[in-house]
Amino acid sequence: MNSGGMNARIGYIAFNTFREAVRDRVLYNLIAFALLLSGAAILVGEVSIDIERLVVVNLGLTAVSLFGVIIAILIGIGLVSKEIEKRTLYTVLSRPVRRWEFVVGKFFGLTGTLVVNTFFMAVGVFLALLYVAHKFEKMDAWVLVALYFIVLQFLIVCALALFFSSFSTPLMSAVFTFALFVIGSLAEDLRGFAIITQGVAGLLAKAIAYLVPNLSALNMINQVAHGDAIPSRLILYNTVYALLYSAMAISGAVLIFQRRNLK
Amino acid sequence: MSMSVTRRVNLVATAVLACSMTGAMATLYAIDHRRRTTVAQEALYLRSSKVLRRLSLGYTGLLADIYWTRAVQYFGQQHHAGSSDFRLLAPLLEVTTELDPRLFPAYEFGANFLAPKPPNGAGLPGSALALMRYGIEHNPGQWRLYYNLGFLYYIELKDYAHAADAFAQGAQLPVTNQFMPVLAAQMAQHAGEFETARMLWRTTYESTKDTQIQENAVEHLLALRVDEDVTQLEQVVKKYREQTGRVPLSMGDLERAGFIHGTPADPKGRPYKLMSDGRIEVQDSEGLYFITKGLPPGATPPRPPQVKPSAK
Repeated sequence: MNSGGMNARIGYIAFNTFREAVRDRVLYNLIAFALLLSGAAILVGEVSIDIERLVVVNLGLTAVSLFGVIIAILIGIGLVSKEIEKRTLYTVLSRPVRRWEFVVGKFFGLTGTLVVNTFFMAVGVFLALLYVAHKFEKMDAWVLVALYFIVLQFLIVCALALFFSSFSTPLMSAVFTFALFVIGSLAEDLRGFAIITQGVAGLLAKAIAYLVPNLSALNMINQVAHGDAIPSRLILYNTVYALLYSAMAISGAVLIFQRRNLK
Repeated sequence: MSMSVTRRVNLVATAVLACSMTGAMATLYAIDHRRRTTVAQEALYLRSSKVLRRLSLGYTGLLADIYWTRAVQYFGQQHHAGSSDFRLLAPLLEVTTELDPRLFPAYEFGANFLAPKPPNGAGLPGSALALMRYGIEHNPGQWRLYYNLGFLYYIELKDYAHAADAFAQGAQLPVTNQFMPVLAAQMAQHAGEFETARMLWRTTYESTKDTQIQENAVEHLLALRVDEDVTQLEQVVKKYREQTGRVPLSMGDLERAGFIHGTPADPKGRPYKLMSDGRIEVQDSEGLYFITKGLPPGATPPRPPQVKPSAK
């Protein structure tokens, strides 16, 4: 099979995954997001003092991140098991589609869905910013970088959800992925704990600290809310880290899925 | 014709839904009335910012915004209720600033909620100083925090030496306000004078874009003018008394004696009243929320219509 055909097959599976997510009304979360953000933008001036812009950025980006993570987990865990349950996987694999192409295609389909979702949410965040501040400022550009980091976070969470769903039940996959999301969000604390712990426990803590995804490095919401610039080196390192970590999880999923008995 | 079973079920379900929803709302309203004062207290079951930081999974900015809003709401509720119990205000502000040490409104407004005596504030100047010092410790390059600290010392504590220190430190920052060195110098020579206070409020007005802070500064500038007018007019009355041996009966007496020109009036255009004992009073204190002079003995100025910090 040539690489052109391989790309086409992965693209086809990705597009179908995206279409299925849209058909499952995943993008309806945008309505809740729009209501949340417009409500906050209008109300915050009434109930608080001097934090309108901060609330729009903090609430907007937190919602983008959490909504996306929930979608990534809920859809990601069912990507493989649903296909097996509905027996559509056999139809797909009976065609000239390799198992790894199926996994990678699913991954791209889900991340594509989240990128589209994030794009619309980002438009909402910037509209709310315009509403509260009446104009855009130079520092608002950093909000785009924080949004980019959130997308990188989605790559990791999608990859993990897919990894767990390649060998576990949907419920257990959700539990594992969510647990890793929580631990990854507290990665800085774990790192600090590893530094102060000695002996075997210290080594174990260090190993865990490096193995779990460092999602806290991808959370720059508070910094951009205050208009802080994000160093270009951090953007580069975070990009490389997210790509490598996702590749690691997807490779794991492929390896397991390749060996899985689907009969 | 008899109603179909489905239609009947739909009607009953709709009626039950409407009734139960109305009932639930009414019950909740009754519960809120019973426990209105405890709602904000519940917010402090978690008063450890470290625990909150971990529970927030790194989304600390939003949590700090929520806690700051709670602090504003708590202060507003207590202020509105005329309560002098503000015991949760300092912990709420501590949690807010520990979650986001760069949330400047929490320092600027928070210190001014804490410091003034009730009913304008919580009467906790020590907590206000601690909050400002925490802010400076975490944001040493922000001249506004030194300015606010100096202001706090000057207005609330009348501690001019520390106020001068704070302004001088703020003046040495690479990015500062042009008035900071002037204020530091003024503290040494003219502390306690109207001109110094006026300069502080003018600096406050000119160094912010926040309309609430600007309105507050304008109200304080108006009150300062009244305080200064009343002080000067009472000095004039004293001089008149020394020269003539009697108390003037009206402003006309002072004008005829050449001490004043025209009828002096407060910033709202209402003429001042000369009392029989020689004191000067404002005709109506409405709209003069922060005056300290010109009021009948024992009277207090009217309360501002909304939450306004008494100092910036």
